[in-house]
Amino acid sequence: MPAPAATAVSPPGIAGWLADRVADLGELAIGWVASIGDVVLFALRTLGWIVARRQRREVLLPSFYQIGVMSLPVVALTGLFIGMVLAVQSYAQFKSLGLETRLGSVINLSLVRELGPVLAATMLAGRVGSAMAAELGTMRVTEQIDALESMGANPIYYLVVPRFLGCLVLIPSLTVMADFMGVLGGYLYSHLVLGIDYHHYWENSRAYVDAFDFLMGISKSFFFGAAIALVSCHHGFHCAPGAEGVGRAATNAFVHSFVLILVLDLFLGIGLNHLHDFIHPDGPRRLL
Amino acid sequence: MPAAATAPSSAADQAAPPLLQVDRLTVRFGPHEVLRDIAIDVAAGETLVILGESGCGKTVLLKSMIGLVRPSGGDVRFEGRSLGRLGDRQLAHLRTRYGFVFQGAALFDSASIADNIAFPLREHTRLSEAEIRPIVESLVDEVGLPRSALAKKPVEVSGGMRKRAGLARALALDPQLILYDEPTTGLDPIMSDVINELILRVRRRPGVTSVVVTHDMHTARKVADRIVMLYPVARLRQDDPQIVFDGTPDRLASSRDPRVRQFVEGRAGSRIDELREEQGLAAAGGRDDGDDTEDSR
Repeated sequence: MPAPAATAVSPPGIAGWLADRVADLGELAIGWVASIGDVVLFALRTLGWIVARRQRREVLLPSFYQIGVMSLPVVALTGLFIGMVLAVQSYAQFKSLGLETRLGSVINLSLVRELGPVLAATMLAGRVGSAMAAELGTMRVTEQIDALESMGANPIYYLVVPRFLGCLVLIPSLTVMADFMGVLGGYLYSHLVLGIDYHHYWENSRAYVDAFDFLMGISKSFFFGAAIALVSCHHGFHCAPGAEGVGRAATNAFVHSFVLILVLDLFLGIGLNHLHDFIHPDGPRRLL
Repeated sequence: MPAAATAPSSAADQAAPPLLQVDRLTVRFGPHEVLRDIAIDVAAGETLVILGESGCGKTVLLKSMIGLVRPSGGDVRFEGRSLGRLGDRQLAHLRTRYGFVFQGAALFDSASIADNIAFPLREHTRLSEAEIRPIVESLVDEVGLPRSALAKKPVEVSGGMRKRAGLARALALDPQLILYDEPTTGLDPIMSDVINELILRVRRRPGVTSVVVTHDMHTARKVADRIVMLYPVARLRQDDPQIVFDGTPDRLASSRDPRVRQFVEGRAGSRIDELREEQGLAAAGGRDDGDDTEDSR
């Protein structure tokens, strides 16, 4: 027989109020730890299924098409405008110092190291992540995920692994596209509108941007892709009932992916700068 | 090995081990107790109908029988093997011996009807596409679906066709135990009876055991060998059993339990006053201490 639930009685007055607030905080902390643990277990199960069983082509291709091909125009447009906006914002400061010919270095460096990967990932968290959470959430609400399980199929293998692999492979590829379009946009605006000389623009870009900068941005986007897929699929899988639940899953998938992208960006940036200093001990220091 | 018994269960054949045993099953969601100490044995070959009003835990019980809902207490055993003690792979393998017909059919939106029905065959057999195709066609013939529906997506067909496609998918692996969740809900009377007839036809397959969850008395009378009626835990007293009836359809009709009679005759009786009273108590509880605001259905 289950024991009757114990009722916690708070002491009266301010002590009671404080005890209640501490209890609320504790409950919140436990909830957070449990949620993080749940996402980690979800990620481990996903990784386990990647290793355990090969994906079928007909399951993988639709996910890749949705994530990659359908995102191409919006990512290209985002990249193009980032490049042009960087040119607009940097020109005045550089001109006041008489360094406008060096505009290419700042545009391209900020683009490949930081803004290209982060803004492409943010755009994809909105376009791909929310869609995945809404789709899986609807499948949860309409018992399609239960149906998969009832037929002895694993929903993580069928629903999460293809989306995870799609994000892992294609978000870095889309970041390359965003970088390329950004470089193009920055150059076109600088050259055609601001009148920066072709030769100086590219010479300065070449002097300040190296392969490590480009690879740094791309390597970050692998982590962003994995984070978007796991967070969004997790929200879809644990969607509350009804249209409201699906809507909340889609919104939370974007918000949590975005926060995680920023946090990862900070720590990956620090880590990769350490790596740069380690590889090039005689070069310019990236860390203080 | 499948159980040999095919006759409906009775007090006399209890010697044969049941195919499925629900042993003192309790399920809670947070503070809500949905199932309390449920004990049901399902004999091989019988058709058990689980009756009860909306929200009494019928679907939760059905999903517990296939391990989709984890028990808070008690156990579910299939041929003596506890579902809770099986690993993921073992449970997945065991589920190939089940068929589950969901209330809303739960067909995959992104796949055609043919791909939905072929899914278990592609997942669990090594049959080629050329071998799968005739099996799918024979299944749609069996449930009375036109072959023109095979290429359509689930959203392009009617509710009745979706239910039949769901049944065809559930039958694909020739299961031993078929679980039906509200198979006739949302259908017109004629289509409801078509589904009832299909349940009866499926029952005639050798070695098939069926568990049907419904609140439709017509379905219950038509398909059941045995009926179990559940009552919502929220309206039970502390020591009352949740199963208020367990017997044949004939005995259900002659039951003197007022809760059973009310359900069988479909009378609101004093229920409307009880609902108002519950709402009033919940509102008052909400004003007083905020602990009893979550209400019951």
